Amino acid sequence: MEPTQQQTTGTRLDPWVDAYAARTRGLTASQVRALFAVASRPEVVSLAGGMPFVSALPLDQIADMTARLLRERGPQALQYGSGQGDVTLREQILEVMDPVGVRAHPDDIVVTAGSQMALDLVVRVFCDPGDVVLVEAPTYVTALGVFSSYQCQVVHVPMDEQGMRPDALREAIARVRAEGRTPKLVYTIPSFHNPGGVTQGPERRAEVLDAARSNGLLLLEDDPYGLLGFDGSVPRAIRADEAEGVIYLGTFSKTIAAGLRVGWAVAPHGVREKLVLANETATLCPSNFAQLTISEYLATQPWFDQVKVFREVYRERRDALLESLDALMPPGTTWTVPAGGFYSWVTLPDGLDATAMLPRAVAALVAYVPGTGFYAGGAGGHNALRLSYCYPEPDRIREGVRRLAGVIESELEIVQTFGSPTTASSRPGPSTPTPDLA
Amino acid sequence: MTNALDGRVVVLAGGLSSERDVSIRSGRRVAEALRQEGINVDVLDVDAALMASLAADRPSCVVPLLHGAPGEDGAVRGVLDVLGLPYVGSLPVACRSSYDKPVASAAVAAAGLHVPASVVLAATTFRELGAAAVLEAVEASLGLPLVVKPTRGGSSLGVSVVRTSAELPAAMMAAFAYGDIAVVERFVAGTEVAVGVLEQDGVPVALPVVEIVPDGGFYDYGARYTAGATEFFVPARLPQDVLDAAAAAALTAHRALGLRHWSRADLIVDADGTPWFLEANVAPGMTETSTYPQAVAAAGLELGKVVAALVDDAVS
Repeated sequence: MEPTQQQTTGTRLDPWVDAYAARTRGLTASQVRALFAVASRPEVVSLAGGMPFVSALPLDQIADMTARLLRERGPQALQYGSGQGDVTLREQILEVMDPVGVRAHPDDIVVTAGSQMALDLVVRVFCDPGDVVLVEAPTYVTALGVFSSYQCQVVHVPMDEQGMRPDALREAIARVRAEGRTPKLVYTIPSFHNPGGVTQGPERRAEVLDAARSNGLLLLEDDPYGLLGFDGSVPRAIRADEAEGVIYLGTFSKTIAAGLRVGWAVAPHGVREKLVLANETATLCPSNFAQLTISEYLATQPWFDQVKVFREVYRERRDALLESLDALMPPGTTWTVPAGGFYSWVTLPDGLDATAMLPRAVAALVAYVPGTGFYAGGAGGHNALRLSYCYPEPDRIREGVRRLAGVIESELEIVQTFGSPTTASSRPGPSTPTPDLA
Repeated sequence: MTNALDGRVVVLAGGLSSERDVSIRSGRRVAEALRQEGINVDVLDVDAALMASLAADRPSCVVPLLHGAPGEDGAVRGVLDVLGLPYVGSLPVACRSSYDKPVASAAVAAAGLHVPASVVLAATTFRELGAAAVLEAVEASLGLPLVVKPTRGGSSLGVSVVRTSAELPAAMMAAFAYGDIAVVERFVAGTEVAVGVLEQDGVPVALPVVEIVPDGGFYDYGARYTAGATEFFVPARLPQDVLDAAAAAALTAHRALGLRHWSRADLIVDADGTPWFLEANVAPGMTETSTYPQAVAAAGLELGKVVAALVDDAVS
């Protein structure tokens, strides 16, 4: 065949396709995202996203409070603010961190657009392309997104029921160095882990800190769920016992309102100065309106009582999830028992692939996040998934688990019919990465 | 165009299928194109509120842009018929046969088109007869490479190209994740093209042939909906007689399946210039990266005017 049309260049429907930075190469349309679009429908029980149950907030009081704030301090709330964040709020953050044992000066705190922005700033300040970040296996999906966007290499460190294993952390650091690579940060979520659902005890925290410190590495402690322990106890932050070697990330997203996007970092003096400058470069300043709303809420509302309300809401939902899993999951399925937070990590029977199973689940009107999303490059967690119990009501959770059990049974039948693929990754399925909001 | 301009046009988009996201994007794009023509448009999801919404404010016409069931299988259109609402696109009976790939293939083969040799298999068949024996027989009959896909659905969801025997079981499992019946067909190597068909004054006309060259070689979900991941050539880089053959094949499929207003045929043109029919779409994708709007533009037409004319036809 000889073409009569000698068109040598077609269209890619994006004139800038050759202009994008190398770090955006992984940003492609994903089947998992497409399936999550269905999860937003009310017919679907979404055990996927980690959305806080903000309906439990005293919304009328917040409405009155916000109206008063705008009437009385409108020009300040709607103006630019400091790149480090509002000083009154920073003083209040010290009180909020009191239960986790973090003692600091208001000047040690940098307020950010959610702790996600703080995480982004820390990585921006510390990591050159190719630098290694050591993280739990699995770890928070959107932290992986940050590491990827700064072209970091991610090394996963195995966990047990107490979270990150310090022996494995030491081995991983040694291995990275032996390979001629540069480890920069140890990123950990010690309390009510996302997605693992496990919590480091006091001794484990000390061991993880020691593994990082003895190797001259900075520990990045992400603590969004620390106040949400179901028995009322609050795990002591790693930062409480080490000020120089730890950056602590906190947020109001789970204790007040995720939509306001207010979080913070507590960092050693030199780091903090750079974080402030980076914050100014990224956003000029965190939202003054959001900060003053949080500040007003902390000053006028019984905020810790509200935390107790949230704990009770989430404890009831956790119980509904665990009871349903106990009653309905097929043999060979295991899961973690979270003592707080939002998530349980479920390991499927041998041979099942949670990513490949997702279309079947969505067709059955239940959604979860496949485990591969919590591993860099989707290189692990094939037979695992994360279940969130924070948003659906208990009855919906029970219904969701009932549907999920049916899906797993069907998938088991298929695997029994065709045999387990030789390697999990050999089985085609929706591609990662996965969003954390669904 | 008076009828279309008189009342409200409802674009249906979304639904509960795995192509919900694609459908929403298609719907928004078409709605915006219609608004540019001065038409009053609402975009509605297919949910429990839809019937009440249609009853409370009867639209003059509906444009279903639902991808996947129940949009493309004719179910929602059947409801529109019951409600006496005119709509753009094919009638339910034609949708049903088009949406089921083996049924569509048989119909267009009877009309003289080339279709890849294939076999349709239910998950239960494998359970009853034993997967290894069935797969061995399938491979012996069709040879490698193969394409495995769910019999129903679009956007390449659940579709795999199988190049070795070892890949076949996993491909079957991937297809069965989207439905209980799968089709295994012989892989046809060649140029992948999409040919849109548009009825103008009731006469189906083939739009310029769009050649699809995905970066990774496979026009999968990522290649379809990531801007820049696929290179398109309009018209396709094929000799004129082959372009004509592809256009004729799309028109044959449109007629053989009894389609109305618009459709898209997905074809592979082999090394000899023979077009092979893969599937027909009764609700062609209208997203920013879809082929149908590209073909409309290449034909010198405007999407809004094209849809408005179809709305006018449906109403009249």
